[in-house]
Amino acid sequence: MPGMTDASPAKPLLQARALTFHRQDEPVFGPLDFCLDAGELTLIEGDNGSGKTTLMRILTGLLRPEEGELYWRGEPLTWDRCSGEVVFLGHQLGLKADLTPHENLRFAIGLHGHREHSHIDEALAHVGLSGYENEPVRKLSAGQKKRVALARLLLIPAALWLLDEPYANLDRTGIELVNGLLEAHIAHGGAALVTSHGAVQFHGGEPHRIRLHD
Amino acid sequence: MAKWIPLWLHKLSSPPVFYGFAGKLRPWAIALALILGAIGLYGGLVLAPPDYQQGDDYRIIFIHVPCAWMSLFIYAVMGVAAFIALVWRIKLAEIVAMASAPIGAAFTFITLVTGSLWGERMWGTWWTWDARLTSELVLLFLYLGVIGLYHSFEDRRQGARTAAFLALIGIINVPIVHFSVNWWNTLHQGSTIRLLGPSTMASSMIWPLLTMMAATKFYYIASLFGRTRADLLSLESGKDWVREIAEKEVRG
Amino acid sequence: MTDPRRPGLGHACMAVLRRDLTLAWRQRGDMALPVLYALIVTSLFPFALGPEDALLRRIAGGAVLVTVLLAMLLALDAMFRSDIEDGSLEQLMLAPQPLAAMMGMKILAHWIATAVPLILVAPLLAGMLHLPAIVMPVLLLALLFATPLLSLFGGVLVALTAGTRRSGMLLALMLLPLCVPVVIFAAGALAAAQEGLPWIAPIAWLGAALALAVVLAPLACAAALRIALDS
Repeated sequence: MPGMTDASPAKPLLQARALTFHRQDEPVFGPLDFCLDAGELTLIEGDNGSGKTTLMRILTGLLRPEEGELYWRGEPLTWDRCSGEVVFLGHQLGLKADLTPHENLRFAIGLHGHREHSHIDEALAHVGLSGYENEPVRKLSAGQKKRVALARLLLIPAALWLLDEPYANLDRTGIELVNGLLEAHIAHGGAALVTSHGAVQFHGGEPHRIRLHD
Repeated sequence: MAKWIPLWLHKLSSPPVFYGFAGKLRPWAIALALILGAIGLYGGLVLAPPDYQQGDDYRIIFIHVPCAWMSLFIYAVMGVAAFIALVWRIKLAEIVAMASAPIGAAFTFITLVTGSLWGERMWGTWWTWDARLTSELVLLFLYLGVIGLYHSFEDRRQGARTAAFLALIGIINVPIVHFSVNWWNTLHQGSTIRLLGPSTMASSMIWPLLTMMAATKFYYIASLFGRTRADLLSLESGKDWVREIAEKEVRG
Repeated sequence: MTDPRRPGLGHACMAVLRRDLTLAWRQRGDMALPVLYALIVTSLFPFALGPEDALLRRIAGGAVLVTVLLAMLLALDAMFRSDIEDGSLEQLMLAPQPLAAMMGMKILAHWIATAVPLILVAPLLAGMLHLPAIVMPVLLLALLFATPLLSLFGGVLVALTAGTRRSGMLLALMLLPLCVPVVIFAAGALAAAQEGLPWIAPIAWLGAALALAVVLAPLACAAALRIALDS
């Protein structure tokens, strides 16, 4: 019921009801029901073309679902309702090739704000890029670019992380890095939705799983 | 959906209902367009007396004026449909707006060509930077922009909504262009020949003109319904009601 | 609900402006292209029309105006193109800031990077065509009002084509109806100044249009972007 204004604390952070998406009348996925609470990690699994990225874009509010409802903290989700609480990491990393990692991150902070006790240089060191702070992003490898984008997660305050294929282009230490970031985020009461087309090993307890397109 | 929209209108915006409705009305619209067009042309080209100044040259107004009128009328229809499409996201409104654009562009083009032909006889030049002609030309560019934008998208609904936004920008722009071109004309003191004299036309000239206006309007309805039906079929090709029609066609 | 960690609007605007200007400066070769184009086009006029002073003087104002407009059109397509390709635009749309203000800043940055160099070179262009010295300030004033209008209109149209592939010609087709009034009033001011008539009225019209466009165009740009990227 969208009109419900019950202030109970049990409201999930993000809730989807009968979410369906069509592209030119071809069903992409759905109907999909799921719930995400603070401190929870959910994996979205599916093959190529199963609509993982589309689902992510709907959850960011960039795309509108054809049918079904999305609720953010119990209220219908719109792009301005959840803004500032969601960080999205997509296929396109949103980095400017002509700027350095430091400049890119400073711009992100300028828009989204600054997480307490975080520092750009420390974040870059955390993702293993110390020494590359002032190198233009275009000179970095694909994996290093991904790490710059991951550093953004450390710097920007957000309750929900939407990570679309965060493991792509990363080596083993990079995958460990993503898992470590996710564990710390969950431990601090954050929530995350992660898509992946492969099996993911996750140490911090068994995550919820949503399968698209069986 | 807004509550104040009458129920029948809401029902009509459902694709299968409109498909049937348009299919029933279309033959009548075609017939009326043809009959009225024939009567209007006969009245205008044969019955109406020659003008005491322009002789028989003026007879082009029986095509020129209705087309000029339609070029603006269709833009208005397109603008209203575009507004509905953007605010209420009704698929039918998107289709109507996009189906109107080529028809409107055609009428605008005919207006320009007939105006140019008439200008050659009247003023001895094919083109003059008269305020009305210039506005009409800008209108043609607006139509072409809408059509071009619509077709540059892979997703047709996305293209329709984007082009609808452009159509709305155009609605604001048309009066501005007309005003500025008028201002420009007074500045340059160019050919300020009025296309239509003061409206002291004989009734023998007026009734064919009005008949032609009605004929073009029915032609628009017929053409719009035809295009809309085709677009509905292709956009809804996965739906059950389209499948039923296809099966009926095969059986029949 | 104001989050103390969320940056204020002014801060975010400055961040966008600074980033776009830094990017423009890093690619200053691209910035020089419209200027070069304007120089080439202007130098073609005397060849096409003959080096007669009187004729050139008569067309100088309008020719410079149209040349600057075309040069701006050349750079327009790139306004959001790279942002769409590398995903920065998505990040901008998801930022907890009003998108219209952010787009306004992007348009401002684009204007500074493309139109300001053109305005700076305009006296040279006008000199090449023997524009009378009295008209020069009017030309600069007209450009100062007309170019931001074109950038703002262009911003809306580029946003509309954001979901499409390359769109150069389409952009020109869509921009033409919008820039007709701008050209008319800017050229009207120049013509009046050249004949020694009062030229303030058309400039005032341009100023009024600019005041309206500064408020409305970023809003339209943000709305167009959300439609074109389907949200």
